[in-house]
Amino acid sequence: MEIYEAIILTIITAATPLLLAACGELVAERAGILNLGVEGMMIMGAVGAFAVAFSTGSPYLGIAAGIGAGALASLPFAFLTISMVTNQVATGLALTILGLGLSGMIGDAYIGQPGVKLQPINIQGLSDLPYVGRILFSQDVIVYASIVLLVLVWIFLFKTRAGLSLRAVGDSHSSAHALGVSVRKVRYMAVIFGGACAGLAGAYLSLVYTPQWTEGMTAGRGWIAVVLVVFATWMPGRLLAGAYLFGAVLILQLHAQAAGVNIPSQFLSSLPYLATIIVLVLISRNRTLVKKNSPACLGKPFVPDV
Amino acid sequence: MPFKLQRREEHSAWMTLFSPLIAVALMLATGAALFASLGIDPVRGLTVYFLEPLQSAWSLQELVVKATPLILIGIGLSICYRANIWNIGAEGQFVAGALAGSYIPIMMVGWEGPLVFPAMIAAGMAGGALFALIPAALKVRFGANEILTSLLLVYVAQFFLDWLVRGPWRDPEGFNFPESRLFDSDAITPLIFEGGRMHIGFPVAVIIALLAAFYLTRTIHGFQIQVIGESPRAARFAGFSQNKMIFFAFAVSGALAGLAGIMEVAGPIGQLRPTISPGYGFTAIIVAFLGRLNPIGIVIAGFVLALSYLGGEAAQVTLGISDKIARVFQGLLLFYVLACDTFIVYTFRRVGAVREAS
Amino acid sequence: MQARGIVKRFGSLTANDYIDLSLFPGEIHALLGENGAGKSTFVKMLYGSLRPDEGMLSWKGAEVSIKNPAMARQLGIGMVFQHFSLFEALTVEENILLALPPLQAKNLRQRIKTVSADYGLPLDPTATIADLSVGERQRVEIVRCLLQEPDLIIMDEPTSVLTPQEADELFLVLEKLASEHKSILYISHRLDEVKRLCQRATILRHGKLISECDPRQENAKTLAAMMVGSEVADVRRVPQDLHGVKKCLVVRALNLEPELNTGTALVDVSFDVARGEILCIAGIAGNGQAELFGALSGETPVSDVGSIVFEGWPCGADGISERRRRGAAFVPEERNGHGALAGLKLSKNILLSWNNPNDGTTKKGVIDRMALARLEGAITEAFDVRMAHPDVEAGALSGGNLQKFVMGREVKRKPKLLVVSQPTWGVDAGAASLIRQKLVDLSRSGTTIIVISQDLDEIFEIADQVAVISEGHMSDVYPIDEVTREQVGLLMGGMDLNGPPEVTAAEMAQSLMRDRETEDAV
Repeated sequence: MEIYEAIILTIITAATPLLLAACGELVAERAGILNLGVEGMMIMGAVGAFAVAFSTGSPYLGIAAGIGAGALASLPFAFLTISMVTNQVATGLALTILGLGLSGMIGDAYIGQPGVKLQPINIQGLSDLPYVGRILFSQDVIVYASIVLLVLVWIFLFKTRAGLSLRAVGDSHSSAHALGVSVRKVRYMAVIFGGACAGLAGAYLSLVYTPQWTEGMTAGRGWIAVVLVVFATWMPGRLLAGAYLFGAVLILQLHAQAAGVNIPSQFLSSLPYLATIIVLVLISRNRTLVKKNSPACLGKPFVPDV
Repeated sequence: MPFKLQRREEHSAWMTLFSPLIAVALMLATGAALFASLGIDPVRGLTVYFLEPLQSAWSLQELVVKATPLILIGIGLSICYRANIWNIGAEGQFVAGALAGSYIPIMMVGWEGPLVFPAMIAAGMAGGALFALIPAALKVRFGANEILTSLLLVYVAQFFLDWLVRGPWRDPEGFNFPESRLFDSDAITPLIFEGGRMHIGFPVAVIIALLAAFYLTRTIHGFQIQVIGESPRAARFAGFSQNKMIFFAFAVSGALAGLAGIMEVAGPIGQLRPTISPGYGFTAIIVAFLGRLNPIGIVIAGFVLALSYLGGEAAQVTLGISDKIARVFQGLLLFYVLACDTFIVYTFRRVGAVREAS
Repeated sequence: MQARGIVKRFGSLTANDYIDLSLFPGEIHALLGENGAGKSTFVKMLYGSLRPDEGMLSWKGAEVSIKNPAMARQLGIGMVFQHFSLFEALTVEENILLALPPLQAKNLRQRIKTVSADYGLPLDPTATIADLSVGERQRVEIVRCLLQEPDLIIMDEPTSVLTPQEADELFLVLEKLASEHKSILYISHRLDEVKRLCQRATILRHGKLISECDPRQENAKTLAAMMVGSEVADVRRVPQDLHGVKKCLVVRALNLEPELNTGTALVDVSFDVARGEILCIAGIAGNGQAELFGALSGETPVSDVGSIVFEGWPCGADGISERRRRGAAFVPEERNGHGALAGLKLSKNILLSWNNPNDGTTKKGVIDRMALARLEGAITEAFDVRMAHPDVEAGALSGGNLQKFVMGREVKRKPKLLVVSQPTWGVDAGAASLIRQKLVDLSRSGTTIIVISQDLDEIFEIADQVAVISEGHMSDVYPIDEVTREQVGLLMGGMDLNGPPEVTAAEMAQSLMRDRETEDAV
């Protein structure tokens, strides 16, 4: 394998969970809900996927479990922020804390156990193509799914009536309510979808990225996913670029560490976080751009008249 | 839905007082169910977790030791949250304060005397405050979301600490363990009584809580915080500067987190290690909310959350379950307290079927 | 549509107390009442946004229970909202699409064009709402409503955001609709409109049905009496001669870019106000009033120090606190979250504008609670603020009482200059009358007052002089006795009183025809 091929393959591996989680968060935010519990939902997905794959031997059941665990984890958040109009920031933090704790408890039994790795799917004929074969046509099902999901989310948001309703809810929940759109129902669906995506992202981490369970293995990726949504200014297309950019930063610092670059490994390890901050600052500087696309009702509670 | 929320005309004084208690009760009930699902007798589980740690002098002291940083950080965070400024990076500011303060005993070996410890405290508070001012400046200058920047900086601070204790600040006589040298006696947080565990941090935290309570309720600057938090527009009308408040709130909460950090490493730990906090900075977020962002409430809430740490250790030792259960209890508690707080402003109203008049 | 015995309660408040109403095809029916009389609550039940606690609705002879707005639309009930229910970030077409059942969504763009041409409501389907003016937004609301092909159209205070001329155009549309056998329920508190437009009127007061009458048979006084319940005191105003009086405030070439993309820039605004004068600045909402209030109050200081001179002191770049210290006071348009905070007790609300060290409310930075309690008592007494118990939270006050409190708080400062935005917006008639009288009295005691208002009745009641703001430009200042409502209306629509008379295309065509006829005759 060529070195460039290895690097690109690992970038894809690093970018996929970011893309998935950010995709779900984007939909929730478009509906007006800021869910800072992505980290918690992601790690629940990771532990759920690992546990089920470990006990059944099937990575595909593991994927299903990851999605389910993420969606399930989003439910208390959805109930509190949507039905009980709690502060979304604080509730999201509660979800992250709970997710990290619960996953740690569940995962205690699996520490050091060998995981079940999700195998790539070789597409006959195409995966042997020179240069691009292994990169484009020899990936596992989640990588393909992440791209398909992104396209579907774009079509949903901008080409369907249900997507229009969702954007309307995020833009003005009171107007949407006046027109008879069920604001809460739309938001519940959006938050649960976000949870499912985060869960799938977590499954990818524990089934592909490092097929084993380590406590806190999401390592802030959920937070990076939240930043990615701002980076993409709530446009799905730009998520792809953002996720792969961050994936590259995550991976290149690992390659640099492995190559023995003469910089302390801790400095390289903090690079992705610093890069995230810098990107956030660069995007936020352009306030009109951020203002223009950010859903007007993001983070605001909604209580209809009785 | 048969019930719907309806806004109260005025805040409910009753719920303001009781919402944290109801939240704790709900957490205990969920805890009982959790123990039962793990095959542990719920009564025994809750007893081991929440009562046994209160029965020995040693663990009571330990409770105070753990509550101290939680209270200090929680007070700082409550100032931020009241102003609707979301500093969630106190864990990083705690580390930054610990590092800044530890410079003196680690790099200035040989300096002795009564001034060493106060200098460390000052350096620690300054370190925490300066580190906290990064997200504040990014917010004011560039509009970057402070939730995300403050949180991401936690990772940066932790990696920096890791590098220091494995690299330049490693104890040369420490058999290659990733630890700094032990602090000299002048650089140690004074104990309340010899041979005990409790240090002066707790009385300091109580004094700060009292000062903060006075500041928040009785001074015009404290009033600014409330106005800015509730409505930036009203704050502009009143002539209060939101940007100044962002700097102020971050600086104060960073300084208090830094104070907690330096007293922790100079106290119970006595040196720098790769990990110096069991997540105090994050748990303090729960302390702040459970204490209803009220400094006196935060002192009480600090003990509740400190107990959740001790209970976690007890549960691991006595019941053989993961000490991660502490985080579960903490997350649950925050969920419940947020839900209960809703009833301070809202009440449930039954939505009956449409009654047809004949 | 028939409604019988409709009751709606919110907690202890009965918003609708056994209301009956019937509507016939081809009728324009007025629903009259003061703010808070229960008009909006009632129509929300007709439109399915709220459910009645008691009573019966029947539609085309059959009893119905309208569960939600979608069902109302399906039945043929459409609504044009007062506070538009539009989505800023979406296009006109998307906004309309959201209100239509999926099957009707075909050829939407074409149908929008047809309907807007039929009714003279020009629209660009691809425009984003955020870029539209208030009048254009209302057109979107109306076209959206018409596309649902309703038999009953509910219009909630449609003219409150229009110039008199725009309102006239709207009336033509409504009359055309009525001639097509559609029923229109027209909610308003403007009596002249109702008299002109409606065949029947139902009058509500404090949630109760007061009367049903033919407004054309009544005069404005009797209608007003039914609406308000008691005679509201007229504002007493003695005209004053302002010639040669020293200027209190001089504004010269004031420019301000809006903070939000939706705002309006102020362009070269210049005017003077004499000591003791009431200057009213008229204008349709969204024409730069918010920016003007920001610049005059110092909430948004401007870079040019000299563009605002207050009692000889150039203060354009100074903040609101400094201007207060020099003797100015301000009342913003929005009470909740701007002029007052709902969650704070009244005494704490005083601190919003009384927080300078020399205001006597603090001692060395510590709040003097006794002083605040005294102020709270004095303000609530002087302005007749009615509350359940002393020092309530501001959120527990009705709109009128809260506005009286905010106004009283600023008047109590004995300011040299008072800038007030929409002093009686959404306030009941009693409170409005009290506030206006207090403003006039204050000016006669020497305070200079600038009132930014879109209520022409109010302006002609209290103003010494009037100017109009339109798209961020300010007109000349006219003595109130030298202009008519129609002229102010023209200015509000952006016309120039001094320029050549505007000739519309229709008038031009008519005059051409007349010319031709005369030629033919010759």
